[in-house]
Amino acid sequence: MAQPHTDAAPQALHASHDPAWEWRYERNLFVIMVVSFLALPYLIYPAFAMQLLCFALFACAFNLLIGFGGLLSFGHAMFFGMGSYLAAQAALVWGFPIEAAMLTGAGTALVLGVVTGLLAIRRQGIYFAMVTLAFAQMVYFFCVRAPFTGGENGIQAVPRSKLLGVVDLEQPLAMYYLVFVVFIAGFLLIYRIIHSPFGQVLKAIRENEPRAVSLGYRTERYKLAAFVLSAALAGLAGGMKAMVVRNASLTDVYWAMSGEVVLMTLVGGMGTVFGPVVGAIIIISMQFYLAELGSWVTIVQGAIFVVCVLAFRRGVMGELEAWLRRRRN
Amino acid sequence: MSTQALFGQLLIGLINGSFYALLSLGLAVIFGLLNVINFAHGAQYMMGAFAAYLLLDSAGLGYWWALVLAPIIVGAIGIVIATLMLSRLYKLDHLYGLLLTFGLALIIEGIFHHKYGSAGLPYSMPESLTGVRNLGFMYLPNYRAWVIVASLAICLGTWFLIERTKLGAYLRAATENPALVQAFGVNVPRMITLTYGFGVGLAALAGVFAAPIYQVSPQMGSTLIIVVFAVVVIGGMGSIMGSIVTGFGLGIIEGLTKYFYPEASSTVIFVIMAIVLLIRPQGLFGQR
Repeated sequence: MAQPHTDAAPQALHASHDPAWEWRYERNLFVIMVVSFLALPYLIYPAFAMQLLCFALFACAFNLLIGFGGLLSFGHAMFFGMGSYLAAQAALVWGFPIEAAMLTGAGTALVLGVVTGLLAIRRQGIYFAMVTLAFAQMVYFFCVRAPFTGGENGIQAVPRSKLLGVVDLEQPLAMYYLVFVVFIAGFLLIYRIIHSPFGQVLKAIRENEPRAVSLGYRTERYKLAAFVLSAALAGLAGGMKAMVVRNASLTDVYWAMSGEVVLMTLVGGMGTVFGPVVGAIIIISMQFYLAELGSWVTIVQGAIFVVCVLAFRRGVMGELEAWLRRRRN
Repeated sequence: MSTQALFGQLLIGLINGSFYALLSLGLAVIFGLLNVINFAHGAQYMMGAFAAYLLLDSAGLGYWWALVLAPIIVGAIGIVIATLMLSRLYKLDHLYGLLLTFGLALIIEGIFHHKYGSAGLPYSMPESLTGVRNLGFMYLPNYRAWVIVASLAICLGTWFLIERTKLGAYLRAATENPALVQAFGVNVPRMITLTYGFGVGLAALAGVFAAPIYQVSPQMGSTLIIVVFAVVVIGGMGSIMGSIVTGFGLGIIEGLTKYFYPEASSTVIFVIMAIVLLIRPQGLFGQR
């Protein structure tokens, strides 16, 4: 069904392109981000700060797909959750060191991403979202029944080995800076992907797929590659979260988690480099500070969705960028 | 295992199939005209069940009243939503409609969860439909037979309305080319809004049907809607009859799986979706 595109998929700003300005803008924000994350464990609980970074990486991975590939996955919890389960399993049962456990999580999500991606990219737009959601629900039912996940209890008491056999990660600060390094590495990788020729083709597909096809690009390969990269990074974020909170549970693989990562990216700004980080901080902090309100958290989340879609589609960072551009002109 | 159990599972399969058919029908009609995939469909199904419960609890109106009033009430709420919110999104990418209705589903479920908790509330079936019929090879509870027959009648009625009446012709024309239909003097915006109300009403009706079988609970819709999405992907949203056939067919397959291989019963529809994506990505009844 070829629907006319009246407004292209969630997109970055198309205003005047000024590479030098853009570079300075992104460099400044990157410095601000690194400095504040370095200082973060001295300002708030390190345990909470670590969770923030895990979800920020998750949202960045998701944004790679929606923001730059124009593909809305409503099932990213399957990668996050399976990454989390397999990392926990690797550390607890197989006795893997922490680095290997987290990579096991990423690898699991990568394989799952290849399988589900091959099927999901056969449909576009709205169907793509429904297909990914359905696969994620299937993975959820698998996790409910599979013996290794521990059902409702999840995998508890996941150990943290010493990093490279040397650094004691039972120290919260040491663990925090490990998480920080993994996050920055993931962030820079995504940044590199976006600004590579591959990323440019991805953006072209997002704007006008038939045109990209007519230019000779095998668009389904690009979409699959973006999907798999996004899945693997989401799995890495999940594996890291399992190490941080020392457990893996059904919450990580439930559809609500898929919705949360969409919300983080939407609030922060789809298709902006720093938006998902800001969105993750806003949404996770909100959950943390409103936790005692119970079901109100869900209601507030739903309301944020509605407000963002109706009046705030560019998100925090999209609005900031637009405002800075306006001021400059 | 006995044939008794086999037919029992088939019956449950048919019942679930009628819910799949009613819900995917509504989704298809709404998508055709509004270009919105209504994620709140599951929440609106739940609202239908709650409307039945509340009508009985606070106004003393029984099942038959609920069957008429619940779809009207929930449909009216749907019309308000369409007028206030969805109407702003028709020209945007379809994804925004999905995100907005997802947010609405969270709000609705959150509110009911806050008020009624997550435990299911019982809703008793009407006096006249209690009792069981002995068919020789199985016992058929009257209420379940009623749900299947009534859902089938509603589905076929909807098919007739859309494919065989003048009103349906306007509707199909507006799905193809709204601007042209508007130029012929049909009030297309009003038709779009009413269509959303109608689709939502169908979901609420399914909710009333479900209330005596499953308990009334805030989360009853969210799991169902994900399965219905898979049903929609399998069938494709191109044809009304396709939605009906796919809905009932998948319900029966799910029921049979519950009997022959219960471990796979919760995932069988998703597996079928994967197979359909491999061999016929546009869906069984979808057009390229």
